[in-house]
Amino acid sequence: MASSPSGKPVLYSYFRSSCSWRVRIALALKGITYDQVPVNLLKDGGQQLTAEFQVVNPMQQVPALKIDGITLSQSLAIIEYLEETRPNPRLLPQDQKKRAQVRMISDHIVSGIQPLQNLAILQRVGEKKLEWAQHYITNGFQALERILKHTAGRYCVGDEVSMADLCLVPQVYNAERYKVDLAPYPTITRINKALLELEAFQVSHPTKQPDTPPELRA
Amino acid sequence: MASSPSGKPVLYSYFRSSCSWRVRIALALKGITYDQVPVNLLKDGGQQLAIIEYLEETRPNPRLLPQDQKKRAQVRMISDHIVSGIQPLQNLAILQRVGEKKLEWAQHYITNGFQALERILKHTAGRYCVGDEVSMADLCLVPQVYNAERYKVDLAPYPTITRINKALLELEAFQVSHPTKQPDTPPELRA
Repeated sequence: MASSPSGKPVLYSYFRSSCSWRVRIALALKGITYDQVPVNLLKDGGQQLTAEFQVVNPMQQVPALKIDGITLSQSLAIIEYLEETRPNPRLLPQDQKKRAQVRMISDHIVSGIQPLQNLAILQRVGEKKLEWAQHYITNGFQALERILKHTAGRYCVGDEVSMADLCLVPQVYNAERYKVDLAPYPTITRINKALLELEAFQVSHPTKQPDTPPELRA
Repeated sequence: MASSPSGKPVLYSYFRSSCSWRVRIALALKGITYDQVPVNLLKDGGQQLAIIEYLEETRPNPRLLPQDQKKRAQVRMISDHIVSGIQPLQNLAILQRVGEKKLEWAQHYITNGFQALERILKHTAGRYCVGDEVSMADLCLVPQVYNAERYKVDLAPYPTITRINKALLELEAFQVSHPTKQPDTPPELRA
């Protein structure tokens, strides 16, 4: 796959992937126009595993962002790069300790919850996948609710949207998808609701992507 | 981590935890003295990169992240891949849940992750994971190779990973922080 002739960044994305959604939110918040190339993680055994895609991204992972002559994967690494090169509006607070809190919450979701209920692992788990997903999301949300009681203002850390919020919304979407009862998590629920009112979280939503199947389209 | 009354940082650590080891390496590389409180039960969640990034911002020398933004992104990409894409899938808690087939499970996820890692390192590596300076990516690599060996993963297909791991283990910070040399290392595993 060649770079976009327009010079715009190119995002390789799957509509339902939490990881892809985080990056879509970041691009929307920062007002970065880009081309999107859908990669279906289910079709043909997973289009991210093709030889063709390996040329784009040796790590064969989605999301992948082709930008400024390099290709990056891993949603938080991509978001941190966008933050450093296109700093406005901020996604990380200026205060070092608050910045650490944003990263800690992001890491908790991105390493401590999402990988344990992602597509690949649920395929491997097989029959008991709903129970498995519910177990790990519940564990993760219990810890997250406790952390957020200390850090949250209007959003995860204080009153400004940060990288932590980009991680939260897709994870709540997954929780709902796997029928996790959210009643024990009022802070998570409140913040999620406030974030979904923002345009960047709407335009990037899984129900509104080029590869959203017709039956799921908003 | 917290602060003790002496003002020194306090690290709550488990000798065998990849996550704790990464932070111990960072503290050693930056010459930060600290008190260690061994904990037996592991709190998973991989928030150690947030700790390392905080140490990098508040105690910037020596650097653990390159100055160049693109190289810095590569360091984070490799670190995240290990910390989100490999380690959580073979940590203590999940292997306990998996039960009998845990060796096969661990080998599967480490192998998958190392295949991708070997490919990206061919693009980014110099003496270490990204170029020739030790970075946060190297702090993530060594504990993961230790786990791979522990779960009997064949490392022959990963010459770049193997070479870098060997070079890093020659450095003092990676030795003093090693699981075989911690206050809570059981006698039979002690170096």
